Amino acid sequence: MSDPKVPSHNPPAANHAATETAHPVDFNRYVRLCGVIFLVVLCTTSAMIATSFSHLGEGWTLKVTLILAIAAINAFLVAGFLMHLLSEKKLVYSVLGLTVAFFIGLVGLTIWATSNFPPGTVSH
Amino acid sequence: MEIPYTVDLRPDTGVYNAKIGIWLFLASEVMLFGALFSAYILLRVGAEPGLWPHGWLDVRLGAINTLLLALSAITTLLAWAACKVRQFGKFKFFHACTILLALTFLGIKSYEYHDKWIHYEIALGSGPEAGKFADGHLVEKSADFDLAKKTGTVTLHGHFVADRKELMDLRSPAAQAVQNEELTIKAADIAKMENYGPKHNTFTAIYFTLTGLHALHILGGTAVIFYLWGPGSKLWRRDPERFTNRIEVSGLFWHFVDLVWIFLFPVLYLT
Repeated sequence: MSDPKVPSHNPPAANHAATETAHPVDFNRYVRLCGVIFLVVLCTTSAMIATSFSHLGEGWTLKVTLILAIAAINAFLVAGFLMHLLSEKKLVYSVLGLTVAFFIGLVGLTIWATSNFPPGTVSH
Repeated sequence: MEIPYTVDLRPDTGVYNAKIGIWLFLASEVMLFGALFSAYILLRVGAEPGLWPHGWLDVRLGAINTLLLALSAITTLLAWAACKVRQFGKFKFFHACTILLALTFLGIKSYEYHDKWIHYEIALGSGPEAGKFADGHLVEKSADFDLAKKTGTVTLHGHFVADRKELMDLRSPAAQAVQNEELTIKAADIAKMENYGPKHNTFTAIYFTLTGLHALHILGGTAVIFYLWGPGSKLWRRDPERFTNRIEVSGLFWHFVDLVWIFLFPVLYLT
């Protein structure tokens, strides 16, 4: 007979007022979703490599654009499905919106200042 | 005293406190990596034509690491889902998989770093190949090798080039056709000898900075996941919902680390 003082490895949920357990999780659905995501990641990674070694255009501009576009698909899958960003709360979206704005500012200002050298700068 | 909102949703935010905490932390991480990606763009755009390296990194290893991290992100999500349906055994299994995948990722990264560490470029100042550059992997240094005293010899498995620009694009047909052989070079003939470490050029500098910082995140994330898998899992018995939230928060960090690699791989290995 089991000792009633020793809790089970799989205890029931504690009695909390309002938790996220309100949304039940279907484990098998997650397994299927993960299988699909891994297949897509496999395909997109192969596509990026193929693009990188292909003879598209003269320089790297077109290839870099295509490769980063494919990487963005991967990023969308991870952020949207694995991080549950497609069904998050408004506050999290607000935080991320602010982050995106600051990120664009950071990268944009840096690129904008690329050729803005102080007078007298000597380049080698 | 009980810490509020570790499980219950805070009425004004709609989420438990740790969740908003991790998202704010990830926002700061976006800015950290954003600054480094900006530095990469500046360095690359500012490089002289033909002087930005291509094909210096092993695409096969990078691709394997991409798939390993994608798999680990999936096992992290499944570990959380297992907690949600109260299956502790499955949680243990999937989190153990995450730890193993993370360690394999770090092992491959270490191998890549080591490969760069033993890869040398030697400028020759005198001798039969004076004015040329020897490039290849270190085979051995003689016991009396001392660059400062100009004594001894060094042996590389590589080849000679007349111009350093020939070493920049390793995907070019000329670079692909190169036949490597064992080159023994006298220290007395060496004008400069440098491995492909961070100080070699701007590419290796930004490569080691970006991937090193990313590897530190992997290491930190693995330590947290290991804690939650081992000693930290005692919380499961007392408060499974709170434990599940900890798994979710650590998982969000892990997915972010995966997200960073999703851009690091194409930027450094493929373009």
